[in-house]
Amino acid sequence: MTIHFSKDHEWVDASNAAAAIVGITTHAQDALGDVVFVDLPEVGKTYAAGDVAGVVESVKAASDVYMPVSGEIVEVNEALRANPSLANSDPMGAGWFFKLKLSDASELGGLMNEAAYTDFTKA
Amino acid sequence: MSEPALLTTPLAALHHELGARMVPFAGYSMPVQYPAGLMAEHLHTRAHAGLFDVSHMGQLMVRGAGAAAALETLMPVDVQGLAVGRQRYGLLLNDAGGIIDDLMFFRQEENAFFIIVNGACKVGDIAHIRERIAARCNIETMPDHGLLALQGPEAVAALEPLVPGVARLVFMSGAHFTWQGTPLFITRSGYTGEDGFEISVPGNKAEALARALLAQPQVQPIGLGARNSLRLEAGLCLYGNDIDATTTPPEAALNWAIQKARRTGGERAGGFPGAEKILAQITNPALLERKRVGLVALERVPVREHTGLYGENGEKVGVVTSGLLAPTLDKPIALGYLPPALAAVGTRVNAMVRGKPVPMEVAATPFLPPNYHRG
Repeated sequence: MTIHFSKDHEWVDASNAAAAIVGITTHAQDALGDVVFVDLPEVGKTYAAGDVAGVVESVKAASDVYMPVSGEIVEVNEALRANPSLANSDPMGAGWFFKLKLSDASELGGLMNEAAYTDFTKA
Repeated sequence: MSEPALLTTPLAALHHELGARMVPFAGYSMPVQYPAGLMAEHLHTRAHAGLFDVSHMGQLMVRGAGAAAALETLMPVDVQGLAVGRQRYGLLLNDAGGIIDDLMFFRQEENAFFIIVNGACKVGDIAHIRERIAARCNIETMPDHGLLALQGPEAVAALEPLVPGVARLVFMSGAHFTWQGTPLFITRSGYTGEDGFEISVPGNKAEALARALLAQPQVQPIGLGARNSLRLEAGLCLYGNDIDATTTPPEAALNWAIQKARRTGGERAGGFPGAEKILAQITNPALLERKRVGLVALERVPVREHTGLYGENGEKVGVVTSGLLAPTLDKPIALGYLPPALAAVGTRVNAMVRGKPVPMEVAATPFLPPNYHRG
């Protein structure tokens, strides 16, 4: 399983191109602090890479969630909507945000691998 | 253009050691949160005791035979009637009746007042105070002093063993104390809605005192993030958000801070900047175009500062000035401004959040019952 990372601190697990999983990174949730609210996109809606697809809020601040790649939303994490702290406790797992059907799998090539992302967060 | 270098407080090394996340605030590098995180820090303060570094705030002494009368020319509050040993909330006003800053003042002696002002306003405040009353009073700033706040229901249990006698203080009183040979000035007050203390300490002893407090089992370090969520639950204004130089005290729902002696018919009515306008607004609230209110969202969506408020026909009626998901109440709360006709508790308005209406209801403040020690 390969995970790709965006400069906007989202991760994509595209093991299944028809339902690639997107969430925010461990680094992102750490910077945000305690997540108290998420706004998730509508299932069936199509977004281009870089579009705002949702919002994640801590007590202190609100941050947009960007589409790391283009695609159609096929599922959102209702458990996260009900319990936003999953984004803190398990950001790379149970705290996923949505799944999308990739429009163009080649866009994944524009994202970083884990090592490159780790360097990016330290820069 | 490079940013000007940030100032540091006497606790900078301690914050680093504790793993604080530091942010620029009021020209200082300040801890916004520690590793426990905002939510845990907030709930710890409400249940036990939290230690806050508020050394960025301005501390000053105003002394002189006419100090009380002179301060009454700057503020609409009763200074002359304040007893020695007591503290009061004050408002510095501009000549249009707008709020330059809000502050706490303490009468240490008949002719000596200890004043604490907001960090972000202190340079301007001190210049203003000097310009207006330096001819009548001696004004001395205290840049070599740190300020610690110890807040929460267990604050007294944490402080009394170190500084015997503080338990005898009641809310909005204070006194000089000594800790290991160091002079402290302690008031029983704060900015969280909880019982607690504010401790003025010589800067070179601030870290040692903070370490002694943190060694108490009740005490954890608390950052500015939780300080903000605590004060908002307590319904307290943040200068620069909820009040500013364009807001008058009646608009800000701060009439309670204008005692009878300074109101129309009082023994020292008026005589403060903007008095004519402010006293007219108190006498005739119909003159107000907006009023500060508390708001609670009816959906679990945080509504933040600058969010517009709309009436039932979609017309813009006001704005949110502070808002967040309240950690103790576990629901979104806010302060904001609405026309007086929409300011009654229970009135519904819509906040527009990312293009979607979020229903809000005007609510009484404080949002949580305060836990002050009134003796």
